[in-house]
Amino acid sequence: MKVVKSSSPCPAASGKSAKVWRFHLYVSGRTSKSLAAYANLKSICERSMLGGYRITVIDIAERPKVAKADQVCATPMVIRRNPRPIRTVIGTLSDPDLVLVGLDIASAI
Amino acid sequence: MQTITQGCARMKRRVPKRTYSSTRLPRCPTGIQGLDEITGGGLPRGRPTLICGSAGCGKTLMSAEFLVRGATQFGDPGVLMSFEETEGELTANLASLGFDLKRLIREGKIVLDYVHIEPSEIQASGEYDLEGLFVRLGHAIDSIGAKRVVLDTLEALFACLPNEGILRAELRRLFRWLKDKGVTAVITAERGRESLTRHGLEEYVSDCVILLDHRIYDQIATRHLRVVKYRGALHGTNEFPFLIGDDGISVLPITSLGLNHRISSERIGTGIGRLDAMLGGRGFFRGSSILLTGTPGTGKTIVAAKFAHAACLRGERSMFFSFEESPNQIIRNMQSIGMHLEPLVKRHLLRFYSARPSLYGLEMHLATMFREIAAFRPEVVIVDPITSLMDAGTDFESKGMVTRLIDFLKGGQITSLFTSLTQGGHALQQSEMAMSSLMDSWLLLQEIEGNGERNRVLYVLKARGMAHSNQIREFLISNKGIDLVDAYIGPSGVLTGSARMAQAARETAAELARQQEAARRQRELSRKRGALEMQIAGLRSEHEASDIELRQIDRQVGTQTRLLDAERTELGRLRQSDGSLAASRAVRKSLKARAP
Repeated sequence: MKVVKSSSPCPAASGKSAKVWRFHLYVSGRTSKSLAAYANLKSICERSMLGGYRITVIDIAERPKVAKADQVCATPMVIRRNPRPIRTVIGTLSDPDLVLVGLDIASAI
Repeated sequence: MQTITQGCARMKRRVPKRTYSSTRLPRCPTGIQGLDEITGGGLPRGRPTLICGSAGCGKTLMSAEFLVRGATQFGDPGVLMSFEETEGELTANLASLGFDLKRLIREGKIVLDYVHIEPSEIQASGEYDLEGLFVRLGHAIDSIGAKRVVLDTLEALFACLPNEGILRAELRRLFRWLKDKGVTAVITAERGRESLTRHGLEEYVSDCVILLDHRIYDQIATRHLRVVKYRGALHGTNEFPFLIGDDGISVLPITSLGLNHRISSERIGTGIGRLDAMLGGRGFFRGSSILLTGTPGTGKTIVAAKFAHAACLRGERSMFFSFEESPNQIIRNMQSIGMHLEPLVKRHLLRFYSARPSLYGLEMHLATMFREIAAFRPEVVIVDPITSLMDAGTDFESKGMVTRLIDFLKGGQITSLFTSLTQGGHALQQSEMAMSSLMDSWLLLQEIEGNGERNRVLYVLKARGMAHSNQIREFLISNKGIDLVDAYIGPSGVLTGSARMAQAARETAAELARQQEAARRQRELSRKRGALEMQIAGLRSEHEASDIELRQIDRQVGTQTRLLDAERTELGRLRQSDGSLAASRAVRKSLKARAP
């Protein structure tokens, strides 16, 4: 069951409409870590995105096959699916600077 | 190696189920040849086992074999979670051992999960857990009802994931979780510098730890296995050599379980009549081990080939392991002494196996020989020479190898003949100390030098369980074959070859001279006797002549007396003698006087 929480504030007026940041957040159940990771990721996106972004939350406890297919090992884990290349950060994303570097968002700002 | 043998014997005694009640830890058989014997039945069921070792010593293979054998032989489905090799790589690697991983996966007996983590792509921020791994593992286990789990080099996680503290806590939780799941897990780990594993995993996996090792000695590598720890059970503590063959791993000393071979009192000939005669007339015991030592060029291979040849002529199969000559060379050389081996090869009675000793290590040689013997099932096995094979390992190893080989052969009632090359000038007995005590019979071929030539001689140094000759025999090789002749033993020592011939000639001459002398004396005596007889004849005739004369004299004397009497009577009558009348008168007178 893919729990999709999409957030796309104002589809960017600046010509870069094609650039939609897509993140997959893999969590295991509704634990405090999962919630914290989601909240942290969302706030980082809110604060730094120029264009649109979309966060897909995937609960691997419900979809173990996805965990195998997407090579999820540690949770919570966020993968930047778009734009390429893929970037991965694990943990509760409590340090925004590390997340910005890890997901290579900093360069886009 | 003796200790290993004993250790194994102990393990074997443990295997029977009778003495073990419910207090014994349940075992999960690995199906790996030899490992179950060492561990007393297998790995602890429902608990994690750590297999550690340095790179290339067979950790992955051993754990994979545990899984595959579980699925194929014991009906235990398994999960293989690999952190290093992809599914494709694993499938290909295991295919080389004859395991069809793809089919097992298709049949739902094995689930393969390759965990790929690219350290360069991963960043960490904040706390995390390994729930992803748990979910994947749990799903894999549940999907096929797995009983066995292999985590191949879990330590890869340490290289990929930051924050060791979290990782350690998570691994501890993982092992706990595996135990709760009731699966028998095998975790592989790299050998650390000072600890068993690089990241101290042995702290968490405390039930059973197996250490693999790959050592190189004299440029030849041998793998070893040791059970470092097995909680709640006795286990073999020695290092056991193991090898990776075509059909998986085999931990070796399983054949040396004890000295309880079946024993045959049947005797088999050696193909050399005189040698049989030296061995109580009937040759060696079937199933015995024979050592044939000799200096170079004494004819060891010939005796060995003759032994194999004789076995083939009896209709038995012989296996000839040659570590110095190629089969064709042996066949050609034996042809020169009138022994035709090729037809026997064609009739599948004789099989050669030739390999250079340096081709691979002792253990591999041993395994190959076992396999060849198991395939051909010979009654007689020749190893020519065992010494060059032994050079491939250390003294300790090679003695162990010979022990295991002999045990294996004796177990199958296979008569074995080992030739052994001794260096010239060596103390023969001493150099074979390591081996001779393992052998039932020991023949010694030697060269005796003298009179500018070398001659081969043969001794029977030992022959257990049979009366045997203590005599030296000269060993002759001609184009008609081989033969043993009595060497000359006398006041001038042991003579062989031309010296023996010369001595024989001398003896013949002396004999001739003696005969001539006797004949001469005989002639002389008979001549003397003739003379004496003639003398006797002369004397006898003389004697007879005198006899006749005597009788004649006698006769003459008688006649004369009679004539004389007659004359006297006549004379008296003529003289009218009254003498007689007077006498009769006197008689009458005296008679009258007496009467009253």
